[in-house]
Amino acid sequence: MKVSLVRWMVIVGAVGLLEILCRLGVIPNFTVIPPSAMAQSLWKILASGKFSHDIAATLVNVGIAIVSAMIAGVALGTALQGWPAARRTLDPLFATYYAVPMYAFYPLLIVIFGLGDFPQVAIGFLLAVMAVIINTLNGLDRVPAVLLKTARVHGLGFIQEAFHIRLPYAAPYVFTGFKLAVAYSFIGVIGAEFITSSRGIGYEISFAYNNFDNPVMYAMILFILLLVITVNMSLHAWEKRLLSRRRRA
Amino acid sequence: MSHVALRGVTRVYPGKTPVHALGPLDLELAQGEFFAVVGPSGCGKSTLLDVMAGLASPSSGEVPDGIGVVFQEDASFPWLTVHDNIAFGLRRRGAAEAEVAAQVGYAIEFMGLKEFAHAYPAQLSGGMRQRVCIARTLVLKPRLILLDEPFGALDQQTRLLMGDELLRLWRETGATILLITHSLDEAAMLADRVGVMSARPGRFLELIATGWPRSRDSTIVASESFGRLTSRIWTLLRGESLRAMGHG
Repeated sequence: MKVSLVRWMVIVGAVGLLEILCRLGVIPNFTVIPPSAMAQSLWKILASGKFSHDIAATLVNVGIAIVSAMIAGVALGTALQGWPAARRTLDPLFATYYAVPMYAFYPLLIVIFGLGDFPQVAIGFLLAVMAVIINTLNGLDRVPAVLLKTARVHGLGFIQEAFHIRLPYAAPYVFTGFKLAVAYSFIGVIGAEFITSSRGIGYEISFAYNNFDNPVMYAMILFILLLVITVNMSLHAWEKRLLSRRRRA
Repeated sequence: MSHVALRGVTRVYPGKTPVHALGPLDLELAQGEFFAVVGPSGCGKSTLLDVMAGLASPSSGEVPDGIGVVFQEDASFPWLTVHDNIAFGLRRRGAAEAEVAAQVGYAIEFMGLKEFAHAYPAQLSGGMRQRVCIARTLVLKPRLILLDEPFGALDQQTRLLMGDELLRLWRETGATILLITHSLDEAAMLADRVGVMSARPGRFLELIATGWPRSRDSTIVASESFGRLTSRIWTLLRGESLRAMGHG
């Protein structure tokens, strides 16, 4: 209660300070526009439906990246857990994966897949999938020996054991991977839209930036912020609800 | 006429210097018998458990199948409700949902878990969770229920009460039980016969009939014959425990 009050005071204070500094001209309007102007501009954009197609395109691409990263990540994690030799071989890749700037592959992806939505989705997927693999493996590794013995006593094979014992046990860890996959997919897709794309939220921000259109640019930045915060808070609440039954009352 | 029989069971762990952990072991259990195995630590009790549960294959000899196991550690599934935990084995077997509901409903009632049917294991005490595991094995109606120190993780009072509970369950279901324990008292109080194991390689030194009536409960621990029984088991075990520890 008290913490959340302080948190709100900090947020409101920071936004209020920015508003005042902008209004007083301490921060010139061609650098940053006042938050109230951002909100007003965003409201106008959303009401006009001007960017509805871009927003929808981004959300669909992010969604595809998340879903494909979850499916591939959980499947690969489960397979690697059952195949230690392959896992040992790939270990250096896991350790260095996030050191690779994925955007460096953007030209290659365009050469291969052309200028559609696919390169954006691919970047989002590439960023997200490893987080899912790593967290799935982490959860699968933690299954207590007694549960695996129970699986064997019940005569479960590898696939059945994965679906009925290992993955359900690992679910909270897989969920952590899911949260990261959501974040990385947004980062990957919107970032890629900045570079080369003809639609999407990232493209519109970049377009506005190149045209010195601060009201649109800041409105769309605000939109991304609000969107990502809302998504993550919903996921957090969902996770808490799922975990509450697994923890001691 | 035996209900469950082990014949010439051995287990040797291969390696540079193979370790002969178990046997040869012969054991015949009558239907509805309660048998307890005690032995010094490292005598091969857990090897016997693994071999009987099908977690390890015997190096030689025969082990029957259809054995259900309740482990010492909490083996309840934290992602399933009490009801779904107990239904797990039945569903894996492909039992019809109506039959699952009937069997599980009965087991829940029988094990005193009725108010917790829709609770998750995290909301239960250790003893309650062990009951869930026992019920999960019980509904499968195994030929033999193997209990590996099932109360080992519980406190002394809870252990005695769970012992009573186990005796009631045994009487009312007619189950055949093999209990592996390191507690002399537990073995002497619960079993019809106690098999005292030798130091490694584990064999039965002696099978001691306790002579308790089927209607026994934990109050027998106060009787004179209980004292005689435990001291007899201890006399056998003491020498083996010293041997297992490397003294003599």
